[in-house]
Amino acid sequence: MKEMIRLQGISKKFGDHIIIPSIDLTIYDGEFITLLGPSGCGKTTLLRMIAGLEQPTEGKIFLDDEDVTKLPPYKRDVNMVFQNYALFPHMTVEENIHFGLKMKNVPIDEQKERVEQVLYLTQLEELRKRRPQQMSGGQQQRVAIARALVNNPKVLLLDEPLGALDYQLRKSLQLELKNLQRGLGLTFIYVTHDQEEALTMSDRIVVMNKGVIEQDDNPDTIYHDPKTKFVAKFIGESNFFEFEEGATSVVRPEKLNLCLEDEENANHPEPRLYGTVVDVVFYGTLDKVFVRLDNSNQTVVAYQYFDDVKRWQPDERVGIWWQPQDEVIVHK
Amino acid sequence: MRNGKLMVAPTVLWLSFFFVVPLLIVVAVSFASRTPYGQVIFDWTLGNYARFTETLYLSIFLDTLIVALITTVLTILLGYPLAYFIAQLPQKWQQPGLILVMIPFWINFLIRSYAWVIILRTQGVLNTILLKFGFIEQPLQMLYNEVAVMLGMVYALLPFMVLPIYVSIEQLDHRLLEAASDLGASPFTAFRKITLPLTMPGIAAGTILVFISSLGMFVVPDVMGGAKSALIGNLIQNQFLSARDWPFGGALSIVLALLSLVLIVLYYKALSAQQGGGKNAEDMA
Repeated sequence: MKEMIRLQGISKKFGDHIIIPSIDLTIYDGEFITLLGPSGCGKTTLLRMIAGLEQPTEGKIFLDDEDVTKLPPYKRDVNMVFQNYALFPHMTVEENIHFGLKMKNVPIDEQKERVEQVLYLTQLEELRKRRPQQMSGGQQQRVAIARALVNNPKVLLLDEPLGALDYQLRKSLQLELKNLQRGLGLTFIYVTHDQEEALTMSDRIVVMNKGVIEQDDNPDTIYHDPKTKFVAKFIGESNFFEFEEGATSVVRPEKLNLCLEDEENANHPEPRLYGTVVDVVFYGTLDKVFVRLDNSNQTVVAYQYFDDVKRWQPDERVGIWWQPQDEVIVHK
Repeated sequence: MRNGKLMVAPTVLWLSFFFVVPLLIVVAVSFASRTPYGQVIFDWTLGNYARFTETLYLSIFLDTLIVALITTVLTILLGYPLAYFIAQLPQKWQQPGLILVMIPFWINFLIRSYAWVIILRTQGVLNTILLKFGFIEQPLQMLYNEVAVMLGMVYALLPFMVLPIYVSIEQLDHRLLEAASDLGASPFTAFRKITLPLTMPGIAAGTILVFISSLGMFVVPDVMGGAKSALIGNLIQNQFLSARDWPFGGALSIVLALLSLVLIVLYYKALSAQQGGGKNAEDMA
């Protein structure tokens, strides 16, 4: 695979405050890569350094084998979709999209052609004469994407682009964005704090915490084989057990099974733990069953789907078991 | 509803007493005539307005418009960079910057005008320094000409331009400039395409303030322009004070007020036609 972006020993300090100690990362051509982490983890700073909007304190940034570390944003062949879109309020949709092409002195005929193409692609043809403030959030979002895409950048940078939208719209735009990226074969670097979004859309997820990469893997591995406790905690729900010093066992709630405390002739492994049901919460497709473990204050959560015959009630005594392969040991 | 009406009553009373009533008096007086001793006789004549069309008065009026126009343009050219500079300062320096702009207001304007006279007159501060260092051999005549009047006007009205422009620049969403840069605009192009159009409302507000104020200005031409450069403000002042011709002064005032009103309306119309969504841009910024 061809390298598109290489970050070499990138660090960022604001005064005495270290945002990113040192990061190395390679991003390949055509990849949908997500930088995922809680706010303040340095993911947006990293993205802005790739765009040229921030200068790294140390390290180098290569774009398509060219050292762009010192180039200002307007000389870099990448484009950004901003968190609050940053659409130009005094321009129409069309004028917004034209802006980048004008700046690069693209021939007028080609400008028109490319704008038409991207208007079609983002379903904005009807709205071309509108101004941003006359449009809904979802429509503005489309304009922001169109305005960036029309420049055929080598890499498209997206800074929490769906963060301001409501749940339904976010879901549908996630799929649209993913399809767009696949169709165009473009490299996307996507920043989000929403782990579900990251899992749905990405080819690769880089989980960040306090400016450090915790894990860099495909979504499946990130979810099923977290390398650190932070990753296990941040992505999905997890139960943690300290069976031995220094090692934590991680078991996803859907892998935890509940059985009667005194069940006989069971055709599953022996319960590892016992406890009392404290709460059962209905979630539509599943029940979340919260169990207080015996001899400790810890509460664990197990998902129960309704193909199980039994629906648990608070105060019931239960045994908890799981398959050995569903347990992941992390050391940090 | 009743309560609401009661609550605006003080404002309405205040405005009617101090604004509407005096204005109506001026309007009434402008249609009157006067005795040789300056007494006002209400005989409802258009004579004062007819007198205004004499060449002498029309040319003073034209001069006033030109001076006001140049003053406005100069305050924009000087005020925009200053406002921009203050808006770019670190947060803690912006307030002091603005206070520096406003400090001159703490001193009476007449006194500040005489300060300029002390600086600029032939035996003044500036001439003395230039002579001492041998830059000139004869004192320069810097006072009592059009340039001096322009200088005084720009000096007096600059803050009225700086403040509204500062507000519009300060409110400008910084991310728009990042977006422009990201899309390939150099800092200068970004300024031209984004900052300038979006701070137009500030320039417009400043223009109205400065233009209207300079139309009515009479202290500066009086003190710094000598007798030669009379503007409409001086003319009006003279009618009320020296000439004791209140009816003609009233007519001049009404003409000036109407003209200002017409110009403001035209200016705003032109502005919103030119940038279409000027109002929206203002909302967003």
